[in-house]
Amino acid sequence: MKILMLGWELPPHNSGGLGVACYHMSKALSIAGASIDFVLPYRADHPGVDFMKIHHATELKPDLKAHMGSYDSNWVFERYLENATNPNSLRGIQRRYVDFIEDIAPELRPDVIHAHDWLTMEAGVRAKELTGAPLVVHVHATEFDRSGEHYGNPIVHEIEQNALLMADRIIAVSQLTKNIIVREYGIPEELVEVVHNAVNMDDFGPYEYDTRSYRYLEALKYEGYTVVSVLTRFTIQKGLTHFMKAAARACEKYDRFVFLFAGDGELRDELIQLSAEYGISDKVYFTGFVRGKQWRDVYSISDIFVMSSVSEPFGLTALEAAHHGAALILSKQSGVGEVLNSSLKYDFWDTDTLADQMLGIALSPALATELRNNVRNEYARLSWDDIAKNCMGIYRRTRKVALV
Amino acid sequence: MKKGVAVYLHVHQPYRVRPYSIFDIGESHNYFDVFDDTDVNDEKILLKVADKSYRPMISLLRTLLDKHEDFRVSLSISGDFIDQAERWAPDLIDGFKELFDTGRVEFVAETYHHSLAFFFSRSEFEAQVDMQRNKVKELFGVTPRAFRNTELAYNDEVAKWADDAGYKVILAEGWDKVLGWQSPNYLYRPANTENIKLLLKNYKLSDDMAFRFGDTNWSEFPLTSDKYIEWVRASIGDGQIANLFMDFETFGEHQWEDKGIFSFFEQFVGDWIGHGNAFYTVSEAAENLDSAGEISMPDTVTWADTERDLTAWLGNSMQQEAARHLYALEKDVMRSNDTELIRDWRYLQTSDHLYYMCTKWMNDGDIHAYFSPYDSPYNAFLYYMNAIRDVRLRVMQHHRLGGVYGHENIAREEAYGV
Repeated sequence: MKILMLGWELPPHNSGGLGVACYHMSKALSIAGASIDFVLPYRADHPGVDFMKIHHATELKPDLKAHMGSYDSNWVFERYLENATNPNSLRGIQRRYVDFIEDIAPELRPDVIHAHDWLTMEAGVRAKELTGAPLVVHVHATEFDRSGEHYGNPIVHEIEQNALLMADRIIAVSQLTKNIIVREYGIPEELVEVVHNAVNMDDFGPYEYDTRSYRYLEALKYEGYTVVSVLTRFTIQKGLTHFMKAAARACEKYDRFVFLFAGDGELRDELIQLSAEYGISDKVYFTGFVRGKQWRDVYSISDIFVMSSVSEPFGLTALEAAHHGAALILSKQSGVGEVLNSSLKYDFWDTDTLADQMLGIALSPALATELRNNVRNEYARLSWDDIAKNCMGIYRRTRKVALV
Repeated sequence: MKKGVAVYLHVHQPYRVRPYSIFDIGESHNYFDVFDDTDVNDEKILLKVADKSYRPMISLLRTLLDKHEDFRVSLSISGDFIDQAERWAPDLIDGFKELFDTGRVEFVAETYHHSLAFFFSRSEFEAQVDMQRNKVKELFGVTPRAFRNTELAYNDEVAKWADDAGYKVILAEGWDKVLGWQSPNYLYRPANTENIKLLLKNYKLSDDMAFRFGDTNWSEFPLTSDKYIEWVRASIGDGQIANLFMDFETFGEHQWEDKGIFSFFEQFVGDWIGHGNAFYTVSEAAENLDSAGEISMPDTVTWADTERDLTAWLGNSMQQEAARHLYALEKDVMRSNDTELIRDWRYLQTSDHLYYMCTKWMNDGDIHAYFSPYDSPYNAFLYYMNAIRDVRLRVMQHHRLGGVYGHENIAREEAYGV
């Protein structure tokens, strides 16, 4: 099976979960026997990627990805979408990506085209037109999610709408996302398959938690404080203002809490402001963007990991946090909850319930232990190999239909 | 001696803890009552089960007792159920009274609050058995001579206690792994007791009716009276009696009317007597049968799950914590003499609360999910622990102690009594 895989980023040059998911999926697919041509919008080395051929659509450096942001919300898009004539704007890069696909797709003669998210969807549709190969569109997030349940940017929405209509098959990373595709984009249910993501911690290399990164927090923990963390981009999609409100609410009843905000984003200043308004700024810690050990240490120091998203198609970080031994609280609007029963769940706007749950875990070692231990059996069941098998089945079925 | 069957049915409804938040603590002492349409609305559930199960089954038992002079049945009714029925469906109490008035229905004693108090506090356990006996005496005019512990939780110590308390017979699960080569179809004498007898549930025959009856994937579906009588006979063999112990709610609630559970039972009772066999109440069985020997169960056996132990209630650390915190309050709650506080603390002892916190997803997971009003065992624990904290706060306020005086700060609770 020859696959033309259209992506936007791969580790270590990724700004979030999309690159991670693409990496693991491709690796597992190649083990399952697929031959993969993977297209990226930038040029860079990807050490350890020897299981597929990587193509570079432009000579740009991956640093630019900060401006290309595969996930950022409406606010950023408006700034970078406007300037379509600039070849280094987001829209300009997308054009060059499509041009590159027009050059290579006919020669590659793929059996299937697999496009990830809106950034590559136009290229996917074009590749289908040129090669006649069936198009599988993989939806990791929609504009609807990114804009925090608003309609979002109309250009992005239209690109998604068009590609979803042209796709022979659609893969959604959760039932939640499938529902959005069906409800907001009017796609027939039977065209959309749900394939949940997995987590493979072996790939992150050796790691031992040594309590060094966040010494002050460790000291507080020793004093009996409970560390509650979020690790994400600070965008409207992530529901962090609700989380901050719940944090303040919880502190009304119990003061030995610390809230760790790991990550960065456009809402950072607003969050800092908010913590002061609520009078809990002393309990709130901002790390800025974290990578590597600092990033893993966030999980390790956390007693509770919260995913507060307004709309989260999947939410890989929850699996990573679970692996490092945190108890999970997930908004019901997070797809990862579909595969993790051993977690507490709340509606993203329901700050009282979130406060109640944080307090419940903080005050009960038994609850914390049960959540931590039981969730292990659940995320361990998810495997990229199974996902690859699932995808191969989808390719085969899609090809059959396309040939008829 | 005729081949016998003893039917024993258990009637119970718990007071379910509402989604009681940490912000309710100190604000509202109402842990149980809700007025919405959710699954923790006890009134709604009682009325639903009354229509589906209690009323039709009471009426069927009445018909069978009128029609067949030889029909007998034993019942135990939890205090929690009686309290709810008196409040919301008093006709059920009248219905049970009429059944007892026939003289062929035996009342089996248990703990008032369907609790696991035996394993945590002997004084509280005895108080609850007394409460139950007094309530039964008051309502039905009988004093029970048979005893069953909550969820048939049984061991040698329970038997010894019941013997000392003067009960004539005690009920337990007839679990193969404990019985070994011995059959559940005989009357036994519990180890180290003087007078009491032991009746063991024939779980295969009981579960055919209680669990498998309506399962269309079951190879024996649909179960007919003829087939079942054949099985009962074959199972008893040279033995004495088959003990069919199950929830009263089997009829109409666990097994639905449209699958024919009521007509099946009616047919079975008629056919069994028609073939010249007998029904016994549990005390009649204990009086009329000869003991086949002694049985010892040092470890606790219950009638739940594939493990038949207490792990459905006390298997994980949340359940153990909840029970520990609950019973740690006993002395201070009791010496408050505050009847409302004592009543609430006792309603929190109902074993169902612990059952809802069970995390055994595999194998038995489905059954737990079926019987739980909460969307997760973790939520069950959260709401319950918040209620416990409020009880603790009330205790502190009553006795004027703890950090709560001066600070409305639950962090201080840890300094007190835990």
